[in-house]
Amino acid sequence: MNAASETVAPSFAARESFIELTARERARRLLDAGTFRELLGPFDRLTSPWLPLQGIVCQADDGAIIARGSIDGEPAVVAAIESAFQGGSIGEVSGSKIAGALELALRDCERGRTVRPIIVFETGGVRLQEANLGLAVIAEIQAAIVALRRHVPVVGVIAGMVGCFGGMSLAAALCSRLIMTRQGRLGMNGPEVIEQEAGIEELDASDRRRIWQLIGGEQRVASGLADRLVDDDADAIAAAVREAFSAGVPPVHRSEAVGRYLSLLSRIDPDTATPESMRSVFGDRTANSKECE
Amino acid sequence: MEHLTFDYPARSVVSARAHVGVVGSGDLEVLLAPNQAMQARVVVNTSVDGYGHIWKSVLDRFFSRYDGAAQIEINDFGATPGVVALRLAEAVEAVQGTQGMQGESA
Repeated sequence: MNAASETVAPSFAARESFIELTARERARRLLDAGTFRELLGPFDRLTSPWLPLQGIVCQADDGAIIARGSIDGEPAVVAAIESAFQGGSIGEVSGSKIAGALELALRDCERGRTVRPIIVFETGGVRLQEANLGLAVIAEIQAAIVALRRHVPVVGVIAGMVGCFGGMSLAAALCSRLIMTRQGRLGMNGPEVIEQEAGIEELDASDRRRIWQLIGGEQRVASGLADRLVDDDADAIAAAVREAFSAGVPPVHRSEAVGRYLSLLSRIDPDTATPESMRSVFGDRTANSKECE
Repeated sequence: MEHLTFDYPARSVVSARAHVGVVGSGDLEVLLAPNQAMQARVVVNTSVDGYGHIWKSVLDRFFSRYDGAAQIEINDFGATPGVVALRLAEAVEAVQGTQGMQGESA
């Protein structure tokens, strides 16, 4: 897939923003029309047992929407994270819902019934109030992605505006294909955390232009850490997801190309690195292409 | 966090359930489901303490026009009374939409 590939912007009036949709509507929008069926929905009231102990109001679905349906007629499962609830943070319950959905898809795939998995990332990472339980379940999500991607592409979407950070950024990096918008961001530590820990001289978290130059969707696609840049358009994102499945399982996943990325990293001088230099080095698809293919 | 419970008389049966909203800043989620008894019960879980009298005013006004035997759970993250009223209206509309669809398909 071409690094700079992107769809032509439709007229503004005809475009339905994907970013503005709730996680539930996002899941519905990605599946074939009329096939959305939610699992463990709000009326199942599977809520966090830890938040009320800390005086925090629960959401009835714990901020993770799991939906079965179809994509181009093939069975599919979507795990969509609701960013408005606790910043899309992954708690014991919300994370277990996602891991469980992926593990069930894996079981189906192992029995020869392929299920197409999609994760809609919109998360700051682990839910700090649930600490190790959240971290443990993120590891389960990551293990499930790695096991699943041998059978079927695992497709990730980072639309924004929260983005994808922390342990879940590693989960996103394990996906077979990542679709981002210009508004989406992908990084290990969020800008505020970097400013707080390393000082404002290192990074000014209020400098939005700078932040998006470093970790925005355009930069991530240009440097090959995400695959497809798409406009904030529900139809365009749904189409990109379908194309990602049609393309099949990549011969080598990004996270398997260890030698390639080590050699690219060795070409980066941390003292002089800029968004442009990162692009020119990481976007160089010919570098060590032998290992990549 | 505060938990409040309110009961209101009801005259009509609710035959579908609806979920609207998110527990996000300044917002709330409403879970509206049929109640077995012919009365309405509202359970409010709110992050903001000490506003029971405002909740009562908002719900009194809502139930002056709504008479469904509903079990309503509200999970609130600091929504203003206006937002609460809109979300309640949205939940009722969603239930009526579902009931309407069931009627059409029947």
